[in-house]
Amino acid sequence: MEPLLEVKDLKKYFPVANNAPFKKSTQSVKAVDGVNFNVYPGETLGVVGESGCGKSTMARLVNQLIKPTDGVVNFKKENLIGMDSNTLRSTRKKIQMIFQDPYASLDPRIKVEELIAEPLAIHKVGNKESRRARVEELLEIVGLNKRFADRYPHEFSGGQRQRINIARALTLNPELIICDEPVSALDVSVQAQVINLLKKLQDEFNLTYIFISHDLNVVRYMCDRIAVMYLGKIVEVGTYEEIYSNPQHPYTKALFSAVPKESPFEDKERVILKGTVPSPLNPPSGCSFHERCPVAIDMCQSQEPEVVTASNKHQASCHLVN
Amino acid sequence: MSEQLLSVQGVQVEFKSGSIITKAVNGVSFNLGENESLGIVGESGSGKSVTATSLLRLIPNPPGKITNGKVIFKDKNLLELSNEQIRKIRGNEISMIFQDPSTSLNPVFKVGDQIIESIRTHKNISKKEARKKAIEMLDLVGIPAPEKRINMYPHEFSGGMRQRVMIAIALSCDPKLLIADEPTTALDVTVQAQILNLMKDLQEQLNMSIIMITHDLGVVWETCDKVLVMYAGKVVESGSVKEVYENPLHPYTWGLLDSQITESHDSLSPLATIPGSPPDLSHEIKGCPFADRCPFAQELCYEKAPELKEPIEGHAVACHFQTEEHKLERREDVYFNGTTARS
Repeated sequence: MEPLLEVKDLKKYFPVANNAPFKKSTQSVKAVDGVNFNVYPGETLGVVGESGCGKSTMARLVNQLIKPTDGVVNFKKENLIGMDSNTLRSTRKKIQMIFQDPYASLDPRIKVEELIAEPLAIHKVGNKESRRARVEELLEIVGLNKRFADRYPHEFSGGQRQRINIARALTLNPELIICDEPVSALDVSVQAQVINLLKKLQDEFNLTYIFISHDLNVVRYMCDRIAVMYLGKIVEVGTYEEIYSNPQHPYTKALFSAVPKESPFEDKERVILKGTVPSPLNPPSGCSFHERCPVAIDMCQSQEPEVVTASNKHQASCHLVN
Repeated sequence: MSEQLLSVQGVQVEFKSGSIITKAVNGVSFNLGENESLGIVGESGSGKSVTATSLLRLIPNPPGKITNGKVIFKDKNLLELSNEQIRKIRGNEISMIFQDPSTSLNPVFKVGDQIIESIRTHKNISKKEARKKAIEMLDLVGIPAPEKRINMYPHEFSGGMRQRVMIAIALSCDPKLLIADEPTTALDVTVQAQILNLMKDLQEQLNMSIIMITHDLGVVWETCDKVLVMYAGKVVESGSVKEVYENPLHPYTWGLLDSQITESHDSLSPLATIPGSPPDLSHEIKGCPFADRCPFAQELCYEKAPELKEPIEGHAVACHFQTEEHKLERREDVYFNGTTARS
């Protein structure tokens, strides 16, 4: 199958301010450091990892909210990087985003109608009446009353706000939606409602998702394939069955074993990692995980393991696997 | 059975904003034994944090006020002590750690000074000895090179390390009771596993009791002996962790358990959800607070609030229909259709 999105060797280095104010910065944080992956039409690719591993930066690089340092992002075979701004704007209609915090992502001063219709206004689609009709249609699709169009965001609960966010993402009939921790700020019972909605919409509109989350249970439920990130790199990718039943990378193993128990009767074997994620300002030599890895060998310190390439195979970036 | 350490009886907390009075906690009672750990679970706004902060009288007044109840700790009612007396208990016999490790430490003081302050407030020892104790504490909570780290500022620590510092401060005076308010919510899973492990180890080593407040049932299964399920400022169910997991009685607990994603859940069937949202606590609720969302609600539920009863010994539930003679049946499918009795 042809991938809908193809990402090759994507990099983002953020320069770090020097102590000397007018000197050019020489150091940089390697937030995303050579990431390859494919997303196929109709699937959900889950991206998991700890905070600071570069998941959200990667999401923003994919739809060019921040400009990458280097790399290729092919959406339907067209490279978004280096595209002129008009073409980019029209291509980007098909890539939408849902953000984590439903309290921060809706402008408190404008009504729901305007919030949802804003993409239409920007792309000059339809007139006032047709936009209103579209807003009402979208509100019903996400399970809200169409009268809510005349209300302000503060009148809604977190779950309802996230539904408004989803409606806004759907306005321009996108093909790919990037969900950046869409349910992390919600309570469990509400979280389940929003997840059900996202699943239903995917079937209905044949959407493709990139689903970023740190909650491995949510990811397992939502996703067809999973990419595990560590310190700006993808360390393992594969279908969820492969990764859950047969994790290859020692980091993936530790990550999955850290999920809290499902019942008081479960006896869980844990791989407790030492220390914390190293600073991306000064990443360790060789394999960036070697300092915390329980099975590291000498080679891990000096040589970087083979990177995960863009394909739908189960791969892990580890010397002991390859 | 271990000896009783804390007994909370009918605590009520109100918050006043203009003429609106919100009853955040409405009659919460529980007991806690020595060396026991209790989990308090519930969704946001259920009153779990307010309950915990009210034990140490840390509710800001105004707007908050503890209007009723008793908190008996070692034969003393904490709610009747003078400010000076309660200060001797806070951080000394009862300590608390908070959710957000990045805001609960003072950014302009070295972490060592913050630990030493806590020790010297309660113990009459020299600065030098306190410093030695602080290094010991940092070592105990697993911070590498504590002699060096003691001179660092909070911003030089990662989130997990800061939470360790918080735990070190909380434990520096050997408390009998540690109240942990969502101690791992802001942390990553791998760090959460480290911290929970640490807390369990320290509980055994130091022989203390823990009240763990969380919205994550997994954390409760992991660390607690007993669990208290709260909804709209009330306890709806309580019992031993194993009992509540195996034989939950309240329809809200069923909903909570069913909406968790578990490994056995196949990804094709939708997740169970609890329809609607929690009630507004600024209005008087006449009947059962959960009635509006409950699939089993009947007329009686809207008219009379159920009391917390113990149909099974050691396992209490607040539901009209969960008494010995009248039992509701837990059904797997009940939360899928999204309908309630009245809608």
